[in-house]
Amino acid sequence: MTTLSEPIRPGAVPDQPADADAPVRGLWRQGLAVFCENRLALVGLGLFVLLAGICFLGPLFYHTDQVHTDLTAVHLAPGEQGHPLGTDGVGYDQLGRLMLGGQTSIIVGLAAGILATAVGTVWGAVAGFAGGWVDSAMMRVVDAMMSIPSLFLFMLLAAIVTPSVSMLIVIIGAFAWLGPARLVRGEALTLRSREYVQAMRGMGGTGGRAVRRHIVPNAIGTVIVNATFQVADAILYVAYLSFLGLGVPPPAANWGGMLSDGLADTYSGHWWLLYPPGIAIILIVLAFNFIGDGMRDAFEVRLRRR
Amino acid sequence: MSESTVRHAPAAGEPAVVQPLLELRDLDTDIALRRGTVHALDGVSLQVMPGETLGVVGESGSGKTMTALSIMGLLPPGGRVTGGQILFEGRDLRSLSADEVRRIRGVRMGMVFQDPLTSLNPTMRIGVQVGEPLRVHERVGRAEARERTIEILRRVGMPRPERIVDNYPHELSGGMRQRVAIAMALVCSPRLLIADEPTTALDVTTQRQILELIDDLREEFGMAVVLVTHDLGVIAGRADRVAVMYAGRVVETAATEELFRSPRHRYTEALMEALPESAVRESGEHARLYSIPGLPPDLSRPLTGCRFAPRCRHVTDECRTTEVTLSAGEHQHACLHPVPAGSAAPLSRPGPVQVQPVSDPAAPAAGPGEPAAEPVLSVRDLVKNYAAHGRGLLRRTAGQVSAVAGVSFDVGPGETFGLVGESGCGKSTVGRLAVGLERPTAGQILLDGTDLAGLAGRERRRMHRQVQLMFQDSYAAMNPRMRVDAILAEPLEIQKVGGPAARRARIATLLDQVGLSRRVLERYPHEFSGGQLQRIGLARSLALQPRLIVGDEPVSALDVSIQAQVLNLMRDLQRELGLAYVFISHDLSVVDYMADRIGVMYLGKLVEVGPARDVVRAARHPYTQALIDAVPSVTPNAATERDGVTIRGELPSALNPPTGCRFRTRCPLAQDICETEPPLAGDAHQVACHFPLRPESTAASARAGAAA
Repeated sequence: MTTLSEPIRPGAVPDQPADADAPVRGLWRQGLAVFCENRLALVGLGLFVLLAGICFLGPLFYHTDQVHTDLTAVHLAPGEQGHPLGTDGVGYDQLGRLMLGGQTSIIVGLAAGILATAVGTVWGAVAGFAGGWVDSAMMRVVDAMMSIPSLFLFMLLAAIVTPSVSMLIVIIGAFAWLGPARLVRGEALTLRSREYVQAMRGMGGTGGRAVRRHIVPNAIGTVIVNATFQVADAILYVAYLSFLGLGVPPPAANWGGMLSDGLADTYSGHWWLLYPPGIAIILIVLAFNFIGDGMRDAFEVRLRRR
Repeated sequence: MSESTVRHAPAAGEPAVVQPLLELRDLDTDIALRRGTVHALDGVSLQVMPGETLGVVGESGSGKTMTALSIMGLLPPGGRVTGGQILFEGRDLRSLSADEVRRIRGVRMGMVFQDPLTSLNPTMRIGVQVGEPLRVHERVGRAEARERTIEILRRVGMPRPERIVDNYPHELSGGMRQRVAIAMALVCSPRLLIADEPTTALDVTTQRQILELIDDLREEFGMAVVLVTHDLGVIAGRADRVAVMYAGRVVETAATEELFRSPRHRYTEALMEALPESAVRESGEHARLYSIPGLPPDLSRPLTGCRFAPRCRHVTDECRTTEVTLSAGEHQHACLHPVPAGSAAPLSRPGPVQVQPVSDPAAPAAGPGEPAAEPVLSVRDLVKNYAAHGRGLLRRTAGQVSAVAGVSFDVGPGETFGLVGESGCGKSTVGRLAVGLERPTAGQILLDGTDLAGLAGRERRRMHRQVQLMFQDSYAAMNPRMRVDAILAEPLEIQKVGGPAARRARIATLLDQVGLSRRVLERYPHEFSGGQLQRIGLARSLALQPRLIVGDEPVSALDVSIQAQVLNLMRDLQRELGLAYVFISHDLSVVDYMADRIGVMYLGKLVEVGPARDVVRAARHPYTQALIDAVPSVTPNAATERDGVTIRGELPSALNPPTGCRFRTRCPLAQDICETEPPLAGDAHQVACHFPLRPESTAASARAGAAA
């Protein structure tokens, strides 16, 4: 390791980083190591992969008819007539329906979460960098929208327009961006006054460079972490809306809607219509929250000094 | 009040009739971190006699704070005492029940922390906080607790304690907060006070007041004090006995006078030689500082032999393999090759290693002391006011904070201009203005004769090549997501210097200049220690080949041994590259070592400017003298030689500064005429005072006087 023999100035001490023998690793690799140390984050990641795998790949191996109703086979208990999780009130296979509903929930959740994060990040970043009256005006818009209960707005919108998958994404995205906007604005405000940004200005650098090289790379961690929580929230929003009957219309399905249908059968003892979608919602939301926690640790560079 | 003569330990010399108040026996403390377990303390044994002050001194990571926290049971998460005994009044705290230990720690011991702001609860009134131990441990009523709180606040020297009890911590200044913290520790009349860096966050004049207070209270209460600090000077004046710690072990313990007169352990010896003070004292010319090479060991790895061996200049193979224990007797040390006892005072011994001919005074351009004909930086009547905003919707400007009020000075090529003053005096603002990070309210900053204010666009960008800033905390000044190669390339990219290949070559040269290997390029800032980061910071400042570097407290965050490395490096580079420095610091001994000329700032104004030796050894302004007197010195009886100018109180608010001479509210010599502003008068050694302490001496006579 000591093949380097560059001239070292007299008097100056040739010293190495505290552990010179440690392999040089990139920030992403180090972050990955921290993420992997968090057991719950790995569990969350595993859970998400498992659920997504079942929902998207499952139908390839487990063929069910999720279009035509079969009134001869309604409310079959799990195991009867080759339906491992039974059937619902119109004869759809419950397991196949869970897969189909999961697809909608995951797609809408991911897309809406990403849309909200993207819009919120841009809005908040512009407000934070610009400062002054631009900041005031932009943030008052956010405050105003935040003061209206979002569920109420969702319901209103969903009643006006016909819900479809893409419409759900837009509706949820249109209101979920407020949180990220505030978060990113705060981040931009603090990053702007960091000493390394000042050091760069002392070298004659411009504001554009500050944003490109220093503020965006340092804010990205916060944004990504927040995005995972946004996805979890969006999946819940889909569930809320569908539960209230404002979700995607049949024969399309999602977990919230299935839960709502199942609730009607609570007293008939048809537990297989109630528990599977409910548990699926809990698991996927938990999975995203665990992943988010792990990523927060992974992006915290300071933690790695320990 | 200030007769801080060195006392003898009351019982240390006599036969062991008196039982130690506190005794640590082979204390081991581990801290579990993610990357492994750090063995923070390894077999620490200490004794504190009743009524005695024990100084525990060491660099960061030496385990001095962990010792204090182990005694108090306040170890951080993952920390655990794994072996040994903590005997307090003969009883082992580790074997007592949790409830008993809590009572002993709460009533019989008190602790004062470093940062008085974070150790006080901002949402609790002073009275409630100070009285809390009484309510918890003595179960006294509210009214009685309040009464006793007022009494204890009076005894720690709080003005108007009846009113202070109802204030919140943020309404008090740093020094006052530390007094409150001390009052809180003393309210149950403990037998032992543990003070962990009690004055590190304070200015020197405040530090002196707090140290004297602890001294007085110790006598008044008859308690023992454990004074934990990194500052040898603080220890020298205050402690009866000293324990020197290194890498989780006690390496030497002795009576204070004895230790400073003839240290035995090679680490203690090296530490003292690394002080800028000793370099200035021992030779008229500014000698090169002795710097301890390398870094302290990583305590999470198994270590054999003497832990200082890898950095020691007297090391033998035996040192690396043999475990050394403390010798017996009064003066204990754990060293196989100790400094011979009774040898000449170590402070006057030249560092035997790596001494090279020291800066020849006629070095790059002008000799120190006389600014060259064409200054690199020329500051004229610089004024900077900040608007203080009121509350409310419209944020009306409620007033002006006068940060810098008419400062003028010149810095010649190759010269070091030191700027000293207490926190809040505006010295950092001057630095930021000089590098163009902020724009002055009035006045001129001339860089090579061009006014910064007149520059815009491309010219302004080119100006930044001439002058660069060096930060106190290099870690904060580097983007944590950029590798070192990107960090060092950034100034070149911004200024569009050269192509990629030329930039790589330039970066390699820079690394050689600051003595770092090329391996650092692929690493991130969080992987380095403070001293290494400061080298990288210096390399970045040098990238554009500036003529002037403004260093804002560049070594204040570093340990003594690392500080010496960085100071030496800065001087070497100055000699090679003909750099000029503006060296901003609150630490007079560092500025004295580095600077050719010194400017002393007080509340936005320069009160004294002159050649470094004259300012430090023949101060003319009462404030400068008070500042010099307040600096704790490692010369054991330096205190007696002092002129005794002490100032009380603290810096007035810059929101509404005093008229006339701004120092008059704290000046012992103030008269009516001081309400008019004194001009900065004199030739080479200027002072802004109506009653200067001394007439201006010629440079030659001042030098002769200092040498005598």
